[in-house]
This record gives sequence, C-alpha cells and structure tokens, in this order.
Amino acid sequence: MLYREVGDFKTTYQADGQTFPIAFDRYRYYAVMLFAFAIVPFLLNDYWVKAIALPFLIYSIAAIGLNILIGYCGQVSLGTGGFMAVGAYSCYKFMTGFDIYIPGGEEWVRYALPPLNIFFSVILGGVMTALVGILFGLPSLRIKGFYLAVATLAAQFFLVWVFNKWEWSFNYSASGQITAPERFLFGHAITGPNTEPWATYLFCLVFVTILAIVARNLTRGHLGRSWMSIRDMDIAAEIIGVNPLKAKLTAFGISSFYIGIAGALLFSVYLGAVEVGEVFGIQKSFLVLFMVIIGGLGSIFGSFAGAAFMVLLPVLLKNVLVGQLGWATDIAAHLEFVIVGALIVIFLILEPHGLAQLWRIIKEKLRLWPFPH
Amino acid sequence: MDGSSPITAEPDSYTTEDGRKIGGVVMEMKNITLRFGGVTAIKDISFDIREGEVRAIIGPNGAGKSSMLNVINGFYHPQEGEIWYLGKKRGPMKPYEIARQGIARTFQNIALFRGMTTLDNIMTGRLTKMKSGIFSQAIWKGRAEAEEIEQREKAERVIDFLEIQHIRKAPVGSLPYGLQKRVELGRALVAEPSLLLLDEPMAGMNVEEKEDMSRFILDVNEEFGTTIALIEHDMGVVMDISDRVVVMDYGAKIGDGTPSEVRNNQKVIDAYLGVSHD
Repeated sequence: MLYREVGDFKTTYQADGQTFPIAFDRYRYYAVMLFAFAIVPFLLNDYWVKAIALPFLIYSIAAIGLNILIGYCGQVSLGTGGFMAVGAYSCYKFMTGFDIYIPGGEEWVRYALPPLNIFFSVILGGVMTALVGILFGLPSLRIKGFYLAVATLAAQFFLVWVFNKWEWSFNYSASGQITAPERFLFGHAITGPNTEPWATYLFCLVFVTILAIVARNLTRGHLGRSWMSIRDMDIAAEIIGVNPLKAKLTAFGISSFYIGIAGALLFSVYLGAVEVGEVFGIQKSFLVLFMVIIGGLGSIFGSFAGAAFMVLLPVLLKNVLVGQLGWATDIAAHLEFVIVGALIVIFLILEPHGLAQLWRIIKEKLRLWPFPH
Repeated sequence: MDGSSPITAEPDSYTTEDGRKIGGVVMEMKNITLRFGGVTAIKDISFDIREGEVRAIIGPNGAGKSSMLNVINGFYHPQEGEIWYLGKKRGPMKPYEIARQGIARTFQNIALFRGMTTLDNIMTGRLTKMKSGIFSQAIWKGRAEAEEIEQREKAERVIDFLEIQHIRKAPVGSLPYGLQKRVELGRALVAEPSLLLLDEPMAGMNVEEKEDMSRFILDVNEEFGTTIALIEHDMGVVMDISDRVVVMDYGAKIGDGTPSEVRNNQKVIDAYLGVSHD
C-alpha cells in the first residue's frame, strides 16, 4: 500500500524507459537530491565530513566504476587500487603543472603546462586512468575469469611500484609522498588545510551525482546491453553482432575513468597527502570489490549501498563500542575487524545478491503490505 | 549450376507447391570441407539457399549439421571451399562482422542472456543497427534517446508478432523452456536478417509447443519473406514446413531436394534405418 505502481500508466516508450518508472520512486529520488544538495551542507561539521560523507561519496564513485566492469561486463578486476593511484598521481601532476614537449619544427619544444584548476585536474586524472585501464584491459580479450583477475593483480603491483620508483610522478619530493597544494574553486578552498566542510562535500557530491546519472544512462543504452550480453554469454553476443573487443575495452575504459576520479578525489580532497603503497595497496582493491559484491553486482544503487555499508559500519561499531560501552580504543579497533568480517560472511550467506536485491525484496513486500497477497 | 559465376542474377527460381515464389540464391556453399585435427566433420559439401525459402538440413546425430551452421555464420572456418553470400565471395570474417551482414541465428541449447529481461534480450538483436556514440548515450538526450525509442518500436513489433508481450519485463532466466525458445527466435528475428539460421528450434518441445513454433517459423517466412535455414530432428515437422532439404550423413551430403524427393531417396532411407556402410 505504501508503494505501488497501480494506475501509473505509460503511453510512450520514453516514459516506460525512464530511470524511475514508478512515480513514488521518482519523488523519493527528487527528495533525496534536494536533501543532499540543499540541507546536508548546512548540517555538516568537520567530523561528519571526514568520517562519513567524503569517504562514502568517493567510494561510491569507485564502486560504480568497478560495478560497470564486474557487474555489467563480467570482467573481474583486482587492480582497483592501482588504477586509483593513477588517478591520484595524474591529478597531482595536473594540479602542480609540468613540462610537456611538443614537436615543433626541427626539435621538440618545451612547454610548461601551468597548474590546472582542481576540477579539470580531477577529470584529467580520470581520463589518464581510462587510458591506463584500456591498456591493462587488453588481456581480457584472450583470458577470462580467475586468469584475468590475476592479470589485473599484476597491474595493481606494477602501478604501485611505478609510483614508488618514478620520482617525476611525485615531483622528486624527499618523502616520496604527494601532498595536495591549496586549490580553490569559485573562491572556496577545495584542497589543502583550510577547507570548509560544506565546500568539499558539495564538490564531491557534484561528481557523484553526474557520474551516477551517466552510469545509469550508459547501462540502459546499447553500450550497456553489449556489456551485459558479453557478461551473460560471450559467444552468443559475438554471433548476434557484438564486437567483443569494443565492448570489453569500453567497459575497462569507462570503469577506469570512474575509479581514476575516485582516486583523484581521495587524494586531493579527502586525504590531502598520499603515500602510494599505504593508500593504494591491494587492500584498497579488495575494499572496493567488497563494496560491489555486498552492494549487488550490476546495480548502481547497489554500489551506493555497498559503499555506505563498508564506510558506515566501522564508524558505527566504533561509536557503539567505545562511545556507548566504554571499551578501550585498541580492543575496539581489533574487534571491529572481527565483527565487520563476520557480518560480511553472514550477510553473503543470507543474501548472496547483495543489498540491491534486499532492497528489491523490500519494495516487493511494500507493494502488498499490509495484505499477504 | 556450374558455380563459376556469382549467382544472384541467375533466374533459377521456382514456385513452391503452395504458390510462393522463390527467388535467386542468397547463399551458396561450394565444396566445403571442415576438419578438426584428424576428424573430418564436413566432407566436400555444396548446396545453395534461395531467397524466401525454408531450407532444412537433416541427418542422424553427428552428421555435421551444427558444424555446417557454424560454418555459415563464421564460427568455424572451413579448410577448403568457398562461401558466396549475396553474390559475393566471403573472405575470412569474425562472427560479429557476419552478423552485421545480415545473418542471424538461434542455438540448439538456448543461448539467451539470462541476466537480462525479455525486452533487453530482444533489443540486443538491434545492437548492430545502433550508432549513437558514448557521449550521446551518457547524456541520454538527442540521438541516443531518439534511437532507443526508434529501436524499441521495432522490438515491440517482434514482441507482438511472437505473442510475448506479457513477459516483456521478466528476466529470461525464469521463463519456461518454450518461451525462452520463442524469445531467442525474437532476438534473431528483430535484426531483420536476410538469412535466419535456426539450430533445432523444436528440440525438447512437446507437440503443442512444436505446433506453435512451426506456425511462427512459417509466419516469419511468409510475413517478412525471411529466408530460413534450419536444422531439425523431427522428420514430420521438417517434411511439413521446409521447401527443400539437404540430408547429411557422416559429414557428406547424401541427398538434396524437395521433401518428397528426399523421402524416396534410397541413400537417405539407408542412413536413417541403418545399413552396413561399406
């Protein structure tokens, strides 16, 4: 009774193909957007932004990206951490400016590229990652499943090694770290030490909103169908006219673009300073993979749900164990891992298709509630 | 036919018993030989498929029928022989390129995209016709949306034709077998192929479902004028719906002609009833 599609007739294919065909869903979506853009910025303080809002938004982007690759196109990747590093380091280079050499006449002409605006630096970080992602996606044309996972694992280790050894990439800093300089957008600091919570939040929220809508559009169009056909049965897909090369490489490219933007935001807006092995190691690849699996493969909503689960649960546990029960911080920190791990296992046994499926079941039940049939 | 000239122009057409005009040659296979290592799956087979006809390939198990279909849609590449399609000799091509030339098929073991809905499955059949770029799709305004609606209309026409409107939004994995077969036929049909290949469209069906499927195949042929080549084991069905039949046994062609000619062919009778091969 709370949630119904009865009486909601569609007379055009356009209306039938929209993202939220059910009116109630659509209004809820508008309400969430209004809340996120117009109300949340006034409520946020430094703790909420640093502990919850930014990591949730940034990991949502990474989870959507990985979901495009694994959930929609069926290509397993364990290189997420490495690709995020590419996004972060390219963003850093574009933020600080570097010399490029262009062929001009007899010899190469040096041209000092000035530091770019933070917004474009982040986007270009995504573009660079997309190129790297396509390169490392090439093996997917010949290998599948576990073997592809191992090949992308090689990308993970290789990319971390590159950003450890290649001194140009971290501007020859003595510590080997990259540190985001202070950058402004419309006069407000987005990166650096003097940011305001609402500005960083809105900056990330704009990226999340646009990228989520784009992901939805791509997955409902013919590109998305060609990915899903490759995922469900690659031979049949090829025989009905899907070019597997194009489908797989676009999936790798677009997925890496998202992951690169997440990496760039994680470094520049959220952490401010990054040491590659520590932040973008293999554990980051698994963290994002967990989000995708727990959230639900092949679902944009699931990517948000998975990111929320993995970001919020540790914070929640910490608040309950330390704040409410008064445990020692170190014991709570250890137990946190145990509890999160156990919850993941229990959750996957109960609902292997993730939070997105759980959400679908709840909606199905709400259609009939309070009647049994 | 001497096989030395491209064929579409040849006026070798005929009229079927029920009065349908059969046109020129759509596809001609010339001396096809296919080997897997030491095994010869197809031995020096030649036959043609004409515009608007229902062409059946029959034969006992292991005769090489499915291999023949796989050769036609480019999944296998024969070691010897030539394939002429629409008057042109076909070079080595990838299966998806051949699909774009207008050859669609269904599979013996249903090969639907199980995670997608009926509508999405049928829409994938239109993929080759969709041209909008990534950026247009990302914004979902203008070309991408217009194209989606245009193709949706084509898909809906096939959905209506096959009477599967009620399962439009259902995930195909949960559908019963007969309906899945029908969706798969729809996915092939929506591509508006010039040659439609059906690999055992009635395998595993009960009599009623077979009747339905036969009716759909004949309707497709009649309404859209689609040329159909099919493999089928049910002799009753084959003899009823096909115009000409190729009979294969142990990779070789042992008969070719109208159903009544084939039925009286001694070699065919031997192959089916079994005599000692010498």
